[in-house]
Amino acid sequence: MIYADNAATTRMSEAAVRRMTSLIQEGWGNPSSLYRHGQIAKEYLEQAREEIAGLIGAQPREIIFTSGGSEADNQAIRSAALLGKKKGKQHIISSAFEHHAVLHTLKALEKEGFEVTLLDVHENGIVDPSEVEAAIREDTCLVTIMAANNEIGTIQPFREIGAVCRQKNVLYHVDAVQAVGHIPLNVIEDNIDLLSASAHKFHGPKGVGFLYAKKGVRLFNLIEGGAQERGLRAGTENVAGIAAMAEALKESMAGMQENAKYITKMRDRLIRGLSEIPHAALNGDAQRRLPGNVNFCFEGIEGESLLLLLDDKGICASSGSACTSGSLDPSHVLLAIGRIHDVAHGSLRLSIGEDITEEEVDYIIQAVKETVEYLRGFSPVWRDLMSGKKEFIL
Amino acid sequence: MALYSEKVMDHFRNPRNVGVIEDANGIGEVGNAKCGDIMKMYLKIEDGIVQDVKFETFGCGSAIASSSMATELIKGKPLSEVKTLTNKAVAEALDGLPDYKMHCSVLAEEAIQSALEDYQRRLQEDAKA
Repeated sequence: MIYADNAATTRMSEAAVRRMTSLIQEGWGNPSSLYRHGQIAKEYLEQAREEIAGLIGAQPREIIFTSGGSEADNQAIRSAALLGKKKGKQHIISSAFEHHAVLHTLKALEKEGFEVTLLDVHENGIVDPSEVEAAIREDTCLVTIMAANNEIGTIQPFREIGAVCRQKNVLYHVDAVQAVGHIPLNVIEDNIDLLSASAHKFHGPKGVGFLYAKKGVRLFNLIEGGAQERGLRAGTENVAGIAAMAEALKESMAGMQENAKYITKMRDRLIRGLSEIPHAALNGDAQRRLPGNVNFCFEGIEGESLLLLLDDKGICASSGSACTSGSLDPSHVLLAIGRIHDVAHGSLRLSIGEDITEEEVDYIIQAVKETVEYLRGFSPVWRDLMSGKKEFIL
Repeated sequence: MALYSEKVMDHFRNPRNVGVIEDANGIGEVGNAKCGDIMKMYLKIEDGIVQDVKFETFGCGSAIASSSMATELIKGKPLSEVKTLTNKAVAEALDGLPDYKMHCSVLAEEAIQSALEDYQRRLQEDAKA
C-alpha cells in the first residue's frame, strides 16, 4: 500500500505509540484525583502542556487540550464571538475556503446575528493581507484564516495577516491543523491570538488536539461539567493521547527541516509527472503550498472512479468530487479558487509524507496517467471535448 | 466492509458493453457535468429487439457500474421489456447501492428511456420521409 492521504490522517509515529501504550498501561490515573496515582497522571498532562507550548512559542497556561481540531476551531471562534458581542462588535472576517469546522460555526453565528465577510482566495488559493486590512471594520471582532488549506495545501501569509490584526486591534484565529508540525510556526513571531491543532495530522493519535489562546484572550467553554483545563473544557483528560501528541509534535518539529526538504522534492517530482497528462492542472500556487500536498484537476473524468481504481493499484488518495463528499456539489475549496463544477469533479489530492520513496512517486505518476487515460476512454465528456463539440477548460 | 457490493465493484472494474455503436438507431444522453454524472447509451434495435447496446459514462464508480448493469439487463431483450426497466431493477441486480448513490441507477434508467425516445423519433421521421 502506498499511503498518499496524509492530509486526511497520518500514521502514528513509533515513539507516539510507545508513549501512548505506556501511559495507558501505567499512567491511567485520573489527573483530578489527589492521591499519588492520579497526581502522576497530572504530571504527565502538565509535562505535555509545557512541551507543546514550548514548541509553538506559547506559555503552558495558554494551551488547552481538546478532542481535536474541530473542537478547537469551534471554541476559538465562539469565544471570540462572545467577547465581541459583549463589546457590540459582531462582524467576523474569514475566507471562502476554510475548513467546515470554521465555516459551519460561522454559519451558526450568522443565524445568531453576526455578520460574516468571506474573503476571496484568488486563483492561487492565497488570501491577500491587504484585503484583510480593507475588510476590517469598527465592529470586527475576529479574523479567522487558516494557516494552510487542507485540500490544496496553499500556505496563507498568516504572519502578515496577524500583523494587520494586531495593528487594527482585532483578534486573529488560525486553523493550523494542516500546518502544525509541517511548516515553521510560532505564535509570538506570527502574531497569532488563537490557534487550533490536531494531533493525528502530525503522527499523533486521533481524538486529541489543542487550542492556543494568548494570555488575556478569554475562552468560553463548549462543554460544561468539570474543572478540567481550568474550567475551560470539562471531561477527564485523555492523558495518554495528550502525552502521545506532545511526543509526536516534538518529533515532527525536530525532523521538520530535513523532512520538508525531502518531501518537497518528492512533491515537485509528482507535480512534474502529473503535469504531463494533457488537460490537467495543478490546483493552488505551485510554490506556496505544504511540502506534501499535490492537488490536480483532470478534465473529462470524475474523481471517485479515479480513487477506486487507484485503490485497486494500492494507492490511497482523496478527491474533491461530489461523490466523495456525499452531496451534489464538488469541493467548496476548488470552487473558491475558480474551478468550475465540471472540472472540480475530476480532482485528485495526493498528500505525501516523509516515508514515500522516489520509486513510489514514479509508480503513482504512472498509475494516475494510466487510470485517467482509461477513464477518458469511455467518458462522453472527453469525447465531446476531443471532437470539438465542447471546449476544453484546462 | 466496503463502500460498494462485490457486484458493483465487478461491473465498475470490468464494465460490460463499453463504447460506441457507429450505426446506432437510438442514442440517449442524460445528466450533466455540473453534477458530476453523464451517461450516454447507444442502442441498435432491429425487429423490435435490442440487438446491441453500448455506453459511455462520466461519473463515479456506481454510475459506471449502473450503466454497465443496465446494458446487460436490456441486451437481446424485446422493446416491450426494455421500456419497463426501472432504476430499482438496476440497483437490485447490483445487490444494492448506497442510498446517496441511488440517483446513479435513476440515471441509467433515464439514459435508456431517452435512447428509446430517440429511436421512436427516428422511426416517425423515417415514416414521414
